[in-house]
Amino acid sequence: MRNKPAFLIFIILPFVFFSLLAHALDIPKLQGYVNDYANMISPSVKAELENELRAFEQTDSTQIVILTVPSLEGEVIEDFSIKVAEAWKIGQKGKDNGVILTVAKQERKLRIEVGRGLEGKLTDLMAGRITDLVIKPRFKRGDLNEGFIAGVHALIDATRGEFKIDEKRRPPEGDIFSILFPVIPFLIFAAIIALRSRIRRGGPWSSGGYGGIGSGFGGGGFSSGGDFGGGSGGGFGGGGASGDW
Amino acid sequence: MKKRIMYIVFTCMLLTVSGCGYNTMQKNEEAVKAAWGDIEATYQRRNDLIPNLVEVVKTYAKHERETLTAVTEARAKVGAIQMSKNMLDDPKTFTQFQQAQSAMSSALSRLMVVVERYPDLKANQNFQDLQNQLEGTENRINVARTRYNKAVETFNTSIRVFPNSLTNSLLLHLKLKEPFKAEAGAEKAPKVKF
Repeated sequence: MRNKPAFLIFIILPFVFFSLLAHALDIPKLQGYVNDYANMISPSVKAELENELRAFEQTDSTQIVILTVPSLEGEVIEDFSIKVAEAWKIGQKGKDNGVILTVAKQERKLRIEVGRGLEGKLTDLMAGRITDLVIKPRFKRGDLNEGFIAGVHALIDATRGEFKIDEKRRPPEGDIFSILFPVIPFLIFAAIIALRSRIRRGGPWSSGGYGGIGSGFGGGGFSSGGDFGGGSGGGFGGGGASGDW
Repeated sequence: MKKRIMYIVFTCMLLTVSGCGYNTMQKNEEAVKAAWGDIEATYQRRNDLIPNLVEVVKTYAKHERETLTAVTEARAKVGAIQMSKNMLDDPKTFTQFQQAQSAMSSALSRLMVVVERYPDLKANQNFQDLQNQLEGTENRINVARTRYNKAVETFNTSIRVFPNSLTNSLLLHLKLKEPFKAEAGAEKAPKVKF
């Protein structure tokens, strides 16, 4: 009984750790192409943008995502934006073709965060021109919907043709394997036990404790937002431009 | 009997290779080197922008010779430091590098303060473009530095924790790497504002 407290700590500690982690990161959840947490975009425009961005991803594989937040709560928009980019991983792995347009309502600040793979076409300069000449003037007039539409169109125009959709999307084998790898001995062990019990009893597979293992991986996507596939590991290096209106 | 001993020795060897952190440390060091590559690239990018910036400012603000010279000199100083991967293991050159770059940053921000007095210059399209690029580069530098520091932290921890520290002192002899220190008065993102 002496090691009971120690045992309890080992159980409790991960939970404490994860709850702390969740609290420290204040990154909003990725819901779809348009993540309008500050309610700046009207529903019809939102649907229109979702459709356009989905169509663009289907042809070009480039992901453009919008995020609006009510307030930055004292954070610098550049820092916030790169944290969001690192968490969401917009864009395909290897292509790094993601763009995030972040808008902070209260601070009246915006930033275009550009994935590494798009830096050639959507340079800092280009991103700066889109914020300065396309989005800001419309936002200044109070025309938020127009600003988002024109901004998205400019971003699509700037990045069109840089990437093409793959013939068929391969599932990320390597990743699943590396997740499964540590579990393999247990799976084998479980299989052996199952097999033995099956042989002994001659009955059907007993769907005992290990039946749930497989289900943990399949559902890891983003459930809401139509057929939005979520970010696929796009990398960001701090490219892009910021501005205020 | 002999076979059995061989078995035991073999298992021990396997255990030590995977459990002594040899590979982890190597991997972490490579991560630091990769992050350093980004640091070099972003600083180089800034250095490449400066001649153009100086040219544009010169045409509009002829009287600010001093500030312009300071920028050019700071750039020359940065150029004089040989950037290499060996720098990571040498705290002295690393500090030099950091000092030269921060001198560059402050010379640039002084220039940007001066620019405020020249509305014509600020309205110049060429200058606005450079300003966008410079802002972007400063942000990249910031991102690269944060990531580098994170990689260094991981690496330094991995060579100091127990089984790894033993392996390191016996086999690898890796040294602790230096992180970037925050520049005085730069708690916020280094910002070139106009």
